[in-house]
Amino acid sequence: MRMSTFVLKRLSYTVFVLFGLSILIFIIARVLPGDPARLALGPRAPDWAVENLRQQLRLNEPLYIQYFYWLRDALSGSLGVSLVTRRDVMVDIQEFLPATVELIVLAALLDMALAIPIGMVAGRRANSWFDNVVRVLSYVGVAVPAFVVAIIFILVFGFMLNIAPSIGRISPNIVAPPTVTGLITIDSLISGNMVAFFDAVAHLILPALALSLGLIAQEARITRSSVVENLNKDYILSTVSHGVPERLLTLKYLLKPSLIPTVSVMGLDMASLIGNAFLVELIFNWPGVSRYGITAMLRKDLNAIVAVVMIAGIIFAIANIAVDLIVAYLDPRIRMIERAA
Amino acid sequence: MRRATSHGRFDYRKSWHKFSRNYVSVVGLGVVLLVAFLAIFASYVTLYPSHAEFYVNFPEAREPPNWAHLFGTDQFGRDVLTRIVFGFRYSLMMAIVVLSLVVAPGVVLGLVAGYYRGGKVDMAIMRTADIFLAVPPLVLALSICSVLTPSVFNAMMAVSLMWWPWYTRLVYSIASSLRNEAFVQAAEIAGASPFHIIFREILPNCLGPILTKMTLDAGWVILIGASLSFVGLGAQPPTPDLGTMVSDGAKLLPEQWWISIFPALTIVLVILGFNLLGDGVRDMFSAETV
Amino acid sequence: MAEQLLEVNDLCVNYKVYEGLLRVLNGVSLSVGSKEKVGIIGESGCGKTTTMKAVMRILATNAIVPNGTIAYKGSDLLKLGRQELMRLHRTSMSMIFQDPTAALNPVFKVGEQLKDIVRYSEFTSNAPNRQEVRTKAVELLKSAALPEPERILDSYPFQLSGGMRQRICIAMSLASAKDLLIADEPGTSLDVTIEDQIMRLLKQIVEDRGLSVILISHSIGAVKGFVTKLYVMYAGTMIEEAPTDELFSNPVHPYTQNLLKAVPKLTGGGVPEGIAGRIPSYLTIGDGCRFASRCRSAKESCHVHAPPAFDIGNGHRVACFHYGDI
Repeated sequence: MRMSTFVLKRLSYTVFVLFGLSILIFIIARVLPGDPARLALGPRAPDWAVENLRQQLRLNEPLYIQYFYWLRDALSGSLGVSLVTRRDVMVDIQEFLPATVELIVLAALLDMALAIPIGMVAGRRANSWFDNVVRVLSYVGVAVPAFVVAIIFILVFGFMLNIAPSIGRISPNIVAPPTVTGLITIDSLISGNMVAFFDAVAHLILPALALSLGLIAQEARITRSSVVENLNKDYILSTVSHGVPERLLTLKYLLKPSLIPTVSVMGLDMASLIGNAFLVELIFNWPGVSRYGITAMLRKDLNAIVAVVMIAGIIFAIANIAVDLIVAYLDPRIRMIERAA
Repeated sequence: MRRATSHGRFDYRKSWHKFSRNYVSVVGLGVVLLVAFLAIFASYVTLYPSHAEFYVNFPEAREPPNWAHLFGTDQFGRDVLTRIVFGFRYSLMMAIVVLSLVVAPGVVLGLVAGYYRGGKVDMAIMRTADIFLAVPPLVLALSICSVLTPSVFNAMMAVSLMWWPWYTRLVYSIASSLRNEAFVQAAEIAGASPFHIIFREILPNCLGPILTKMTLDAGWVILIGASLSFVGLGAQPPTPDLGTMVSDGAKLLPEQWWISIFPALTIVLVILGFNLLGDGVRDMFSAETV
Repeated sequence: MAEQLLEVNDLCVNYKVYEGLLRVLNGVSLSVGSKEKVGIIGESGCGKTTTMKAVMRILATNAIVPNGTIAYKGSDLLKLGRQELMRLHRTSMSMIFQDPTAALNPVFKVGEQLKDIVRYSEFTSNAPNRQEVRTKAVELLKSAALPEPERILDSYPFQLSGGMRQRICIAMSLASAKDLLIADEPGTSLDVTIEDQIMRLLKQIVEDRGLSVILISHSIGAVKGFVTKLYVMYAGTMIEEAPTDELFSNPVHPYTQNLLKAVPKLTGGGVPEGIAGRIPSYLTIGDGCRFASRCRSAKESCHVHAPPAFDIGNGHRVACFHYGDI
């Protein structure tokens, strides 16, 4: 199957699933709370105000009508008004999304940049001291939730060692670069402001590391065991027996097949990443869309909750497609299976 | 590890041997049993059972770990260790309730979808599962909890509502691959009813992965429960829940570090215990190797 | 005796596993002369592949070689440094694996793998340009009797048939085999007709290039028409060695005698026509003769002491105390 067909198929299925998700979350936000209008205004608001709001939000109409209006508005760029910020949720999202994207992307990059080399080296030197340390650490690392890591980081780095700054995206005394994408790191690179760039990275590093540590542990372990298993496979032994130099063997012929289980699990790991971002942003007071979402959830800001869940779903879907594409690139047999299916 | 039939007695000794080959699995079992024991007998085992719920004693508040209070006291003067032990009750309760509610329906749906693979039933079930799984689990749990009144009960319900698709997916992949194996087709030819085939032929082959997943899931459910209460959407004060304790204590960092760090480490320990145990369960069901 | 190309002497190989130590090879000795064709036959699991992997020094990571020497062109392979070993791998010796599907990396195109081998085997000193490498690769595929070599270079292993994969493995070996070729049950996993083609191809290649060969096989028929000297292995021991005709006309070891009486195709788990028992477990194996538990003529002493190889003339050697009586 051609790559393009594969991508198209996945995209259309993803759109279908996201539609389903929007219906699901819509139902959750309208049906479960009982009376969303009462919820929004609080128990002490007068009944006529509640009834007014119900009319305004079309809550008296059948559910599918409500959904239709919501969908129509959403597609034209409006996600309803936030009870907290009193602005259109879409505007809120545009403000807060870049910070989260920066965080998640850096966490994913850190994850790949660390997990794969560590796993490969541990696998190549199986049973060495390095390997044993990696195995123990990775076992424990998987069990440590991201929010615990975040708290320990704040304790250790923020207070005890006073190294990386814990608040906000850049230090108050640094001039922020002009906004192009909203991603401070990219914007500062675009405008050539290296001081701002490094400052932004310094602020990013702790939350990103807190997010990715558990994933690094798990993926290093998977890579390691994959390498150990592949080392004794006939095709590697055959390559050795033909005198192919060791570096080429490791970095090309061993790496590619060993990566497949690791990358496959990255899809699920992205779910952890996105989910944990909600807690980590809260702890670091990171001004991202997840923290916005948590605030919305605590204040029962229904429109915002629906929007944030959809955002999470979209990011997750994109990540999954990316992962699937990488796996298909790594393993040509997958492309054949797709065709046969 | 697929067998045509699993009729025949369950060999306890062999299974234990396979389980205990890796001694860390036994450690995991020990941890889990210890936690369960402490949870059940919390009132008898702890030094200050009255500190568990509502208790105020400001003169003794914020004491660092000492001999009277091994993990120190919190901002209300309550013994942290005691509260952690009582907190185990809520953690385990969460795991037990959620898994009890979720496993049976999830597994049955997966079996049915796998058996009628390719048909409308398959599509309906699996598409629905895909929709639930389209968003990271923690996000879905948070959002469901956010529209309900925060409480332990509602947290359990919320997590149950979104956890079932994992089992459906797991069982579906096994069932649909076994669907066309010789032993299933042989049973069909012999006139066995779908009910028989699903539950007597296919299901036994799924038991290993299901039980392994349940064991590992206990840890993850506890984690999600702690995350929910950490944010404030689960257990409410003064309930001694590990997550609420961490979040309460976080406000008092770094001076009174023990109030949040000890509960946090306990969470790690519990998850680790279930992970180790889960590995052992997986080994128990694995095929023999020379 | 003329200087041998390869001389394995008293080789022992153990594998370290969770349960303990698998003592697989128990003092294996064999020799291959220049341009000599040698065969090894034996049941599955008797250690033939392990011996060959030891010679090529590609044993699994949990393998231990406590004892023995492998002399190749004068130097002991077991003591050779990485660089020297690599040079030999690239220019002198090579091995064709038993399962061609497992021997090809599934996520790389055939051309990629072949070209990398060619690059280091044929052009050892200077950096070749891409066209030269590709031309050479095509040439190798042709000498393995593969049609449409260009298309094959751009294909993945799973897109090709079993017979083609086997020929590709042969082509790869041709790049680096100037002196010694080890063929581990070539064609075993294929149809009998294809297997026959492969054997014929091998025969022709070996003749054309004047290679020494070690042929491992199940099929006595294939072996008979190919090799001049035969070794019989059982449970990690060389139990008999003789020139081909001598072995067939005068098998001495009880195992060999039964083997030749049986149906030619051997499968694991015992010979159909009545040798009771199975290959002993390498984990718990004792020090005595490894065939003793299944041998009808075994005496007390057989279970305690392992017999050395007795020379009974004519290039015929047997590892059995009672070779005279049988």
